[in-house]
Amino acid sequence: MAKTKANKQVICEVLMEAAEAGDRDVVVVCSDSRGSASMTPFFDTYPEQAVEAGIAEQNAVGMAAGLAACGKKPWVASPACFLTTRSYEQTKVDCAYSRTNVKLLGISGGVSYGALGMSHHSAQDIAAMAAISGMRVYLPSDEWQTEKLARALMADEQCAYIRVGRNAVADVYAADSCPFEMDRATWLREGSDVALIACGEMVRPALDAAETLAAEGIEAAVLDMYCVKPLDADAVVRAAQGARAVVTVEEAAPTGGLGSMVAQVLGARCPRPLTCLSLPDAPVVTGTSPEVFAHYGLDAAGIAKAARETLARG
Amino acid sequence: MTENFEQLRWQLRQDAVDIIVAGGGGHIGGDMSVTDALMLLYGKIMNVGPDKLEDPDRDRFLLSKGHAMEAYYAVLCHYGYLDLADVKARFSKFRSPYIGHPNNKLPGIEMNSGSLGHGLPVGVGMALAAKMDGRAYRTYVVMGDGELAEGSIWEAAMAGATYGLDNLCAVIDRNHLQISGNTEDVMHADSQEERWAAFGWHTVCVNGNDLAALEAAFAEAAATKSRPTAIIMDTVKGLGSPVMENKAGWHHHLPNDEEYAQITADLTAHAEAAAAGEAFVPELDFAVERAGATAPVAALAGRAGAAAPAPAADRPVNPASKED
Repeated sequence: MAKTKANKQVICEVLMEAAEAGDRDVVVVCSDSRGSASMTPFFDTYPEQAVEAGIAEQNAVGMAAGLAACGKKPWVASPACFLTTRSYEQTKVDCAYSRTNVKLLGISGGVSYGALGMSHHSAQDIAAMAAISGMRVYLPSDEWQTEKLARALMADEQCAYIRVGRNAVADVYAADSCPFEMDRATWLREGSDVALIACGEMVRPALDAAETLAAEGIEAAVLDMYCVKPLDADAVVRAAQGARAVVTVEEAAPTGGLGSMVAQVLGARCPRPLTCLSLPDAPVVTGTSPEVFAHYGLDAAGIAKAARETLARG
Repeated sequence: MTENFEQLRWQLRQDAVDIIVAGGGGHIGGDMSVTDALMLLYGKIMNVGPDKLEDPDRDRFLLSKGHAMEAYYAVLCHYGYLDLADVKARFSKFRSPYIGHPNNKLPGIEMNSGSLGHGLPVGVGMALAAKMDGRAYRTYVVMGDGELAEGSIWEAAMAGATYGLDNLCAVIDRNHLQISGNTEDVMHADSQEERWAAFGWHTVCVNGNDLAALEAAFAEAAATKSRPTAIIMDTVKGLGSPVMENKAGWHHHLPNDEEYAQITADLTAHAEAAAAGEAFVPELDFAVERAGATAPVAALAGRAGAAAPAPAADRPVNPASKED
């Protein structure tokens, strides 16, 4: 059955659960985005813990930092495209530099908004947020991992950026089977030929690609690198050491994201033939997420093709 | 013991100047205009102290015009948060925590700043938190007038009024100068009372270098219910010595030996007059009025054959800053 629950809904449920349990400090801040962020239930049920900033992302993040400085645990839920760059300086200075416990939830990230155009795409968010000292960057792959991640983040006191897509995505894990360790990549498959390292919505197609490759006799390891920063470098090295080639996959621009970070680790510690699959350094074609992914080879077929080609280079 | 604020205000300025000289530079002009407000806030208005760093009911203070840090150091040292000799010895030095903008690793400083336009959004969040928690603390945000060109301030102004934050007080250091010259020549900053009132704030206009008037303004802000208050303080940039008063060039400046000697002599004279019981209130003369478009647009309009507004040079300017 097709999934219907988007990852952002799961986060709302985790936050509501905390409020229901009596946590008066969890606060949701939206920028006229409560509906698109799936936070309407929180706003309706706990209005005294909900803050509407209006269409003003700089103020949303600044207010959240002030709330956090006074002991609140704010989550700012706003479209990733606006949240990460419109309020970039507030993120840098008021959250990371001032060390406030602000969780930035970028909704409808990557190319989720499809035909709405480049203004609404957030291809740069991973690189931009990762470049800020003290900012963590997470891209959970499915609803089960999103739930585990949200619970872990609720329990810590540092700022973080979490990027989720707009629509429900296919499961990678199951309700009763979602191994999760904070800031450690999840090993989905072992494999001695090629290592596929993916994050966010690219994990499921990477796993599917591994199955395609297995049918051809190519064994692929698959790493769910939901923690893009801090990157699990040891897992990257272990995956590379056990394989002859590495492919990274991300719904992001080609510079400064997962691929760049993995390349830094491999170059220093374990050089291997590497292909970094990503969106192009160009305006993205119009279409739904699956259409755009297929166009740029960010689907199972494209990932499998890249794996074969990278192995051939080795 | 009752503090002689009239005397202290000049000593604090001297401390700030000494910190600047020791560190090799600083934002001396804006330090001097805002010293009185910082002194009163920490010495008389706010419920704060080095013994209350973690007190959840302490008032919150944000120096949004973070470059006025040397005046803030002087105040924090006087009230026991920091050691003046240590600040002078290490200000701006390699690996020093005493940098040119607020650093919240130091006791008493709530948030880092330095990027303009950040204080009021954070202050709105702090005031909201107080409302949510039913706490009585107040939040004060000190901003510069040039800083008011930052759009984020007006986002926060809307939010502060929307949430009826009567526990929030914006303090605007309206010294009429910024680094490039008169505020009106850079970006119109006139009609602040009307602007803040239009955004739903209670407004108080005051001579920000008149201690009695300033204290009354803070009291009026505290007594105002259901909406935040903006105290628009007209001040003298560089107050304390004619060497630096009302001169945009002293926005960031290191006095030379001769200037330092004169400034010290002038500050000492002020302090001695204060010790004799005089309350000093500077004359304010800000003649600059908005006279139409700024120079480049006026020039463009003229080029297009349209009737151009009077060029900037023909407009009345602040006489005191003309020599810059």
